[in-house]
Amino acid sequence: MTLNSHNPLALVVELTHRCPLHCVYCSNPLELQSRANELSTEAWSRVFKEAAEAGVLQADFTGGEPLARPDIVDLVRNARAAGLYVSLITSGLPLDEAKLDSLVQSGLDHFQLSFQGGHEETASDISGTKSHSHKLRVLQWLKRYRIGVTLNFVIHRRNIDELEEMLAIVENSGAGCVEFASVQYYGWAFANRERLLPTRQQVDRCVELLNRAEEQLRGKTRVLFVVPDYYAKFPKPCVGGWGRKLMLITPSGDALPCHAATVIPGLSFENVKNRSLREIWDHSEAFQKFRGQDWMQEPCKSCDRRDLDFGGCRCQALLLTGDACATDPVCSLAPQRPKVDAILAEINNSSAQQAISTPAWLYRPNPS
Amino acid sequence: MTMEGNSRPRLAPGCRMGENNNQRMLLMPERALRLNGPSLEIVSRCDGQHTVVQIIAELQQIYSKAEPHKVEQDIIGYLALLQKERALDFEL
Repeated sequence: MTLNSHNPLALVVELTHRCPLHCVYCSNPLELQSRANELSTEAWSRVFKEAAEAGVLQADFTGGEPLARPDIVDLVRNARAAGLYVSLITSGLPLDEAKLDSLVQSGLDHFQLSFQGGHEETASDISGTKSHSHKLRVLQWLKRYRIGVTLNFVIHRRNIDELEEMLAIVENSGAGCVEFASVQYYGWAFANRERLLPTRQQVDRCVELLNRAEEQLRGKTRVLFVVPDYYAKFPKPCVGGWGRKLMLITPSGDALPCHAATVIPGLSFENVKNRSLREIWDHSEAFQKFRGQDWMQEPCKSCDRRDLDFGGCRCQALLLTGDACATDPVCSLAPQRPKVDAILAEINNSSAQQAISTPAWLYRPNPS
Repeated sequence: MTMEGNSRPRLAPGCRMGENNNQRMLLMPERALRLNGPSLEIVSRCDGQHTVVQIIAELQQIYSKAEPHKVEQDIIGYLALLQKERALDFEL
């Protein structure tokens, strides 16, 4: 049976897993793909055409570091020519003024620059690379162009107390949008969770500060805050619902319903080299698996919120309960919520907080 | 700059018109808005040339059967929404 699938709206284009940064919360899978397996310029360009024909509006170029692809300017031009709105989600690290100029001239719509902290020391500790001051230079270069600029600060226990410094960067940037995105606990972040999850006190202070910042920056910069969902009452509507809006293509061309879907045992993924994007969206087993509501268990199955949050995140359910069909355990209505409460209790107990001062990070390496 | 009668709304950086399956859209960073009828008429005039007053006058002509004051209020409300979404700049 093919469930009503409408069409994908956003295509996440994971161009490469190579990256000059080694962030301890990287959203890439634990098993990274090597350069030799990456799709060619031609294969990606065909994917962009198929995506636009299937109804996709936006392509988010990400990685790894998308600028690590030597053909990045051609890829931007070809995606734009296919009719897509093109965002570049980047560390800004392998970028100089000439490359930025070529990207803008080739039709780049939106530049999203990630930050790892409020200042160099923290940022270097988190990413295992010195990059903060270069990012500040990139922000100055961006002021020459009329393209969308978003700053993305990934927030966790080690940097959440640097919000004032981060907001100062935002105010000087002229960016149209800033996201304070709490780390989501999959992949590398899941492995480093004990050192990354903020305390309740930190989260409360963060919410208060960002509410004030939102007021101050109104009409100038949109302020978005993604809460750490372990502290939330209800789960996030992960990827806007499985197989409803988003398709992710890995560097080697596998089509995934979300970043972390490879953790779910027994799911097989089809590759854009073998089948059209539209066919994969409509018929592939991976996209059908949690589409709609037939897979749901109680309390989701009869819950009033099932059309709002779609039962939360399947990968989080798998990681925390062992069952990808379970209600996302961060939900206050989930039978397995006590598992999340136990994790929070440990983080918020004072002796655990002491141990944080000397973190031993597991850094994400480069693919071989 | 805030919205005034003589200010000229212009799509903000990173925002542009697009089309998908014959549906006109306003494309913005990480989101998109369908444009139909009046919203399409308004957004296509947010070009940094038309003033707010001119946009109102032109739409009152197009929608001449509607109550002029209602048209004005709807336009101002829609422009304020787009400004809040950071989709518009207002220039003098």
